Amino acid sequence: MPLADEVLKGDFLAISRAISQVENGASEARDVLDSLASRVGSALRIGLTGPPGVGKSTTVDELTAAFVARGEKVGIIAVDPTSPFTGGALLGDRIRMAKMAEGGRVFMRSMATRGTSGGLARTTQDAADLLDASGRTVILIETVGVGQSEIEISRASDCVVVMLSPESGDGVQAMKSGLLEIADLIAINKADRGGADRLEHDLKTAFELGLRSRRDLPIVIMEAIRGKGIPELVAAIDGLIAARRASGEFESRRRENMEDRIKQIAEFLIQKNLWDANGAVGKVAAAVESVLARRQSPYQGAQDLIREVLR
Amino acid sequence: MKQASQRKYRVIVAKPGLDGHDRGAKIVAAALRDAGFEVIYTGLHQTCEMVVNAALQEDADAVCVSILSGAHMTLFPEILELMKQKKMNDVLLCGGGIIPPDDAEELYKLGVGRLFGPGTDTRDIIKYLQDEIPRRRPR
Amino acid sequence: MSSSLPSRSRFPGIVVPSDKVAYGIQDRPASDPSRDLGEPGEYPFTRGPYKTMYRGKVWTMRMFSGFGTAADTNKRFLYLLEHGQTGLSTAFDMPTLMGYDSDHARSRGEVGREGVAVCTLENMETLFRGIPLKEVSTSMTINSTAMIMLAFYIATAEKQGVAAEHLRGTIQNDILKEYIAQKEWIFPPLPSMRIITDMMSFCADHVPKWNSISVSGYHIREAGSTSLQELAFTLMDGFTYVEFGVKAGIPVDKFAPRLSFFFNSHMNFFEEIAKFRAARRIWARRLKDRYGAQNPESWRLRFHTQTAGCSLTAQQPENNIVRTAVEALAGVLGGTQSLHTNSMDEALALPTEEAVKVALRTQQILAHESGLTDRVDPLAGAHFIESLTDRMETECEKIFAEIERRGGMVAAIEQGYPQLEIAKASYQFQKDVEERRYINVGVNDFVEKDEKPVPTLKIDPRVERDQLEEVRRYKQGRDGTSVRLALEAIGKAAHDGTNLMPPLLDGVKKGVTLGEVVETLKVQFGEWREPPIYW
Repeated sequence: MPLADEVLKGDFLAISRAISQVENGASEARDVLDSLASRVGSALRIGLTGPPGVGKSTTVDELTAAFVARGEKVGIIAVDPTSPFTGGALLGDRIRMAKMAEGGRVFMRSMATRGTSGGLARTTQDAADLLDASGRTVILIETVGVGQSEIEISRASDCVVVMLSPESGDGVQAMKSGLLEIADLIAINKADRGGADRLEHDLKTAFELGLRSRRDLPIVIMEAIRGKGIPELVAAIDGLIAARRASGEFESRRRENMEDRIKQIAEFLIQKNLWDANGAVGKVAAAVESVLARRQSPYQGAQDLIREVLR
Repeated sequence: MKQASQRKYRVIVAKPGLDGHDRGAKIVAAALRDAGFEVIYTGLHQTCEMVVNAALQEDADAVCVSILSGAHMTLFPEILELMKQKKMNDVLLCGGGIIPPDDAEELYKLGVGRLFGPGTDTRDIIKYLQDEIPRRRPR
Repeated sequence: MSSSLPSRSRFPGIVVPSDKVAYGIQDRPASDPSRDLGEPGEYPFTRGPYKTMYRGKVWTMRMFSGFGTAADTNKRFLYLLEHGQTGLSTAFDMPTLMGYDSDHARSRGEVGREGVAVCTLENMETLFRGIPLKEVSTSMTINSTAMIMLAFYIATAEKQGVAAEHLRGTIQNDILKEYIAQKEWIFPPLPSMRIITDMMSFCADHVPKWNSISVSGYHIREAGSTSLQELAFTLMDGFTYVEFGVKAGIPVDKFAPRLSFFFNSHMNFFEEIAKFRAARRIWARRLKDRYGAQNPESWRLRFHTQTAGCSLTAQQPENNIVRTAVEALAGVLGGTQSLHTNSMDEALALPTEEAVKVALRTQQILAHESGLTDRVDPLAGAHFIESLTDRMETECEKIFAEIERRGGMVAAIEQGYPQLEIAKASYQFQKDVEERRYINVGVNDFVEKDEKPVPTLKIDPRVERDQLEEVRRYKQGRDGTSVRLALEAIGKAAHDGTNLMPPLLDGVKKGVTLGEVVETLKVQFGEWREPPIYW
């Protein structure tokens, strides 16, 4: 399978085209993923999220440089929302990537959510698999953290770094929005702004009082734009992963994540089969008529529909 | 809203060289987004290498380059050459800015697509890309 | 071909109710002329910074120019001085503005294109050859590398036998608007502000007739802001320089008198005039009330105006002569101290000699034939003008409050706030043009098919070759050791926090180049990258 072979060799053109196939739902995409299955799983996947403006892109840029410096091959996936009105998207995360190494060590892809309601595109994990198989040893997945959809980034990664900054009440917002629930590590950025210490204190207090399971959550203070705190962040990630590998938590999380993923894919495939099936449109129309004519409840109509379509 | 797995056009909007005028580039980026494109905006002060690397990794259907500094006769050919080296032969290179008509003619001969000048209606750019991209990269 | 004139809303910005046909005295119930207008030359300076304005001295006709090598621009300078220009204004090429020597890899294709290439002291000497620096006033449009250019200029004057204390002119040196609009930055905001306070302090002591910052709104407007945003962001930048200067220990009355301003003059005639008058009043009030300045020179806002480049069309370029004349008129009625009028071909390229001459004549006709110079602030008291002026001030205060809420201008820039506002305004304007809410003659109406191209200025490729040769020769002819030591001294000053100007002045005399100084400073200060903003 030529495309898959090229991906394995780490050819950027091949990786790029394979990701597009996967994104566009092309039938060849499944073949590529299937043939690469035995080569997926060695890369470390780190999720990065936080409110807009907190410094995610800068941090990704700095982290990438730090990983490359120690010999890693890095993949970056930056996810931004698709406009629900126009179907288009403005993907601007490459702007801050000043230190991107040339010469094959770093592959970055911007992805639009394309209609999913969460923080990630449906195919983000597939793209991560391709980067994994291509030889990347670390994959950074960056997404905007708003609302309650952040569980997805947690399911797509081995650890999640939640970024906050002392400005605009990020701490309070984070505590309210559930962002802290999914954090494996907290990075307080823009430490030069004053208030970083107080935010750290507020978070620790909140952990004491309520989120007891989060009490040992590592907190790193950074000024990403000056590179300050980045070595500490890398060390914290390394430490966390090492501890979890030792305790078995790393594996059990991967297991949970994979269960969630397989279920998601299964549901997607079922849905696809349901609506792509021949005559589905007609059968839906029939169910609608039946319910509107009060012959059936919507539940009966739907169950009949399923039975009809999957026959 | 359920998105059909239809094809999305992916376009790079890039500012190579030292030129800092990004008003037009940002307007084009927003207009393309509003027309349903996925737009990767590179930001300012890109080297030609950075632009082409971005186009490659993002599997862009088109690269739209904005140059108002007069350096177009250096930058466009360099980008074309890099694209050729990386075998990106079906990717459209087009752009705009301040490019005199005789320079534009020379660039067309080299293989650059349409160049749009001051006063361009963004709808013309959108239509051009919607016509030209499927011609070069049918899927 | 023609269009019926639709009733329409004007530019976004000041919202003038579109059904309001005329303004009367009833529209300004709270007006107090002695508080809000005063006399020309007196606080709050709404009517003008000087008592006699153009009766005493016509505005300076200062045409921005620069291209090619220093020798080419020197020729253009001499031509303009011969034809009646009264002050020099210099445009530099992109490598010079961005801190790269002409022979740097990043400079390829860009040398001498958007302005003159100056990266060595020798270039600066050639640029001003035959021009008596004691007599002319020079404006230099340069920002992140302003300090180096000023050092070159002072050293050049010294060679002419002119001491720094006699030098008159302006250096743009407004880094905040670079982050916001013109995007010619190198270092992050805080180190850049330190460079500026070093310059302000040095000039206050050694170059007292020099305007150390030209706080600029021109570029903000060119980037697509509304007139209100141009005014508010510019003034806020000015206040920020005042705050940083004071924090650096320079008494406000020592440097504030040397801050000058630079505004755009666009097509919405009355709005522009109101903008200029409001600018003076807002500045005077804040400097007095908030910053405690006591010297009237500190309250007195003086400005240069350039007619709007972004209003010029590539289609039917002769129309631009008219646009420029209208915009120049607004600048004069708004009380500008100096004026640059754009040439008709500037939507397409740098101007030809012929086109520049017409632009200069435009100013001369306004000055000598129209009677404009005979009275000061002739529109004062007009109901509409004063209403607009008041409105500008009120709306500005709202924008100031928002920026202050975000932690000040530097914080707002790091958050991407002014950049986003400008991107939104420019996109809205584009839509207004495309949907014909704004009629742009020759572009979306009164269009002509098959226009003949107008001859435009071409930069000869020999420019880059010649400049490269000169620079290489210069670099080879220097004493390598003394250059290295000079750069070390500059790096040390950057690290230690001492004033950068003295070691820099010393260094340029020993032959350090622009690019070498910038590289040295990058090590100490780092580099800026714009924040991603989504519009």
